[in-house]
Amino acid sequence: MRFRRAVLPVLSVIAAILALWYAGAVVMNAQWTRDQAARAGVEIGFTEILRDTMSQERPVLPAPHQVAAEFGKTVFGTKVTSKRSLVWHGWVTLSATAVGFALGSLAGILLAIGIVHSRAMDLSVMPWAIASQTIPILAIAPMVIVVLSSMGITGLLPKAIISAWLSFFPVVVGMVKGLRAPDAMQLDQLKTWGASRAQTFWKLRLPASMPYLFASLKVSVAASLVGAIVGELPAGATAGLGARLLSGSYYGQTVMIWAALFAAAVLAASLVGLIAAVERVVLRRMGMAR
Amino acid sequence: MTVIEARNVGLTFATNDGPVHALKDVNLSIGKGEFVSFIGPSGCGKTTFLRAIAALEHPTEGSLTVNGMSPDAARQARAYGYVFQAAGLYPWRTIAGNVRLPLEIMGFSKAEQAERVERVLALVDLEGFGKKFPWQLSGGMQQRASIARALAFDADILLMDEPFGALDEIVRDRLNEELLALWARTGKTIGFVTHSIPEAVYLSTKIVVMSPRPGRITDVIDSPLPRERPLEIRDTPEFIAIAHRVREGLRAGHGYEV
Repeated sequence: MRFRRAVLPVLSVIAAILALWYAGAVVMNAQWTRDQAARAGVEIGFTEILRDTMSQERPVLPAPHQVAAEFGKTVFGTKVTSKRSLVWHGWVTLSATAVGFALGSLAGILLAIGIVHSRAMDLSVMPWAIASQTIPILAIAPMVIVVLSSMGITGLLPKAIISAWLSFFPVVVGMVKGLRAPDAMQLDQLKTWGASRAQTFWKLRLPASMPYLFASLKVSVAASLVGAIVGELPAGATAGLGARLLSGSYYGQTVMIWAALFAAAVLAASLVGLIAAVERVVLRRMGMAR
Repeated sequence: MTVIEARNVGLTFATNDGPVHALKDVNLSIGKGEFVSFIGPSGCGKTTFLRAIAALEHPTEGSLTVNGMSPDAARQARAYGYVFQAAGLYPWRTIAGNVRLPLEIMGFSKAEQAERVERVLALVDLEGFGKKFPWQLSGGMQQRASIARALAFDADILLMDEPFGALDEIVRDRLNEELLALWARTGKTIGFVTHSIPEAVYLSTKIVVMSPRPGRITDVIDSPLPRERPLEIRDTPEFIAIAHRVREGLRAGHGYEV
């Protein structure tokens, strides 16, 4: 019963999405089919149109099974070392994401510690952090790539920096909130024991911030992936999911674009799932998960 | 022997609406081993006075000494343990871990920490609960753990700010009884803030009645009740007479005027 209650709604939502998608594919691809028929001077009926919209080579909206076939072919049907393999492209993006996420989270945590402990930093850093996020990443990314490559730095690091640019912010906001979570009573209590600032940080503020940290890490890891993909675009990149999206759009390979989009979505979901798993373990060991 | 001595203590908070006189002309001396309750309506300064003893607030007038020292020096000398209204246990620490916290901060050795945790948990009847997490305990047990934590470093003074205020009547009665037993066994000096008249009369050897605007002492009652107090003592004429005097004191201070 429980299984059915959990699975049925999920399946019905998926079914609804697929139905809408197929309907959309028919509507959006039919024009091209009709144009082709008119050019060839043949009359075509509804069944022909329907069949053709499901199997065009460069459809406006690829049908789900086309995307699935492309996804299957490039993920499972290709050697992972091949440049045609989505696994290989995914790995390129993932490695930049991981480095960027690590850099961004670390920077975010350190900034938050500074903001909570220094009034000067509290007043000066936050406006800049917010300003950094209001600049479109698409405008920043080419500059980072160009500046760094003029310094001889290319490859993974520029992408990781763009990725870190997007991912530090949620961590700063979450950790500032988390480190300030202890109330006045808890702080007074430590004062009655003569605790130092360092002791207050390690014994109270840091453990109290853990739930906030994990919530913001989940947001930030997804942002890291977006940053890495965006970082792959301006370099005219040849590798990575971003490069895959770019070359797909150059050549009108919509099926390829959609397959890469799905790969990115799967990757993001796995990363968030991974953080959630670590969160469960850590909070359980801290006795904070019931 | 006088443990806490207040002479003409005044405390003024500067706020945006002008100065607020939280305490004015407070004179009081508390002897060793006394159980002193501070009672009065909110805004009468009872908590502020307790916090001043603990050096969490600093008087702007007069002199206040704890064990003959300034409150700040007394804190350094670990003169007091403070119990807040909420137990304030850390959810990520076990009960033993919570009781150990002040000991870790004060730098006791590992062996001594373990020995002391064991001892004070026994003192508040929480043997065997050391490995539990706070959420596994009832509110009353959590507050007992927080009392154990305040006792862990052997302070001679125990300051308690409405420690049982958030608990229901039945649990509160039991904890009051246990607190008296604990006091008898340890001989601590206890400062206890409450706004319950029966609680104040039942527990105290000295009841300090306070009233607001400005926060001041209106009456100090030395209780004639014996130190040994079963709960039934609350039905005796002596008890009722003291409770009546406290109530009169509160009324005279216009404390409950609306």
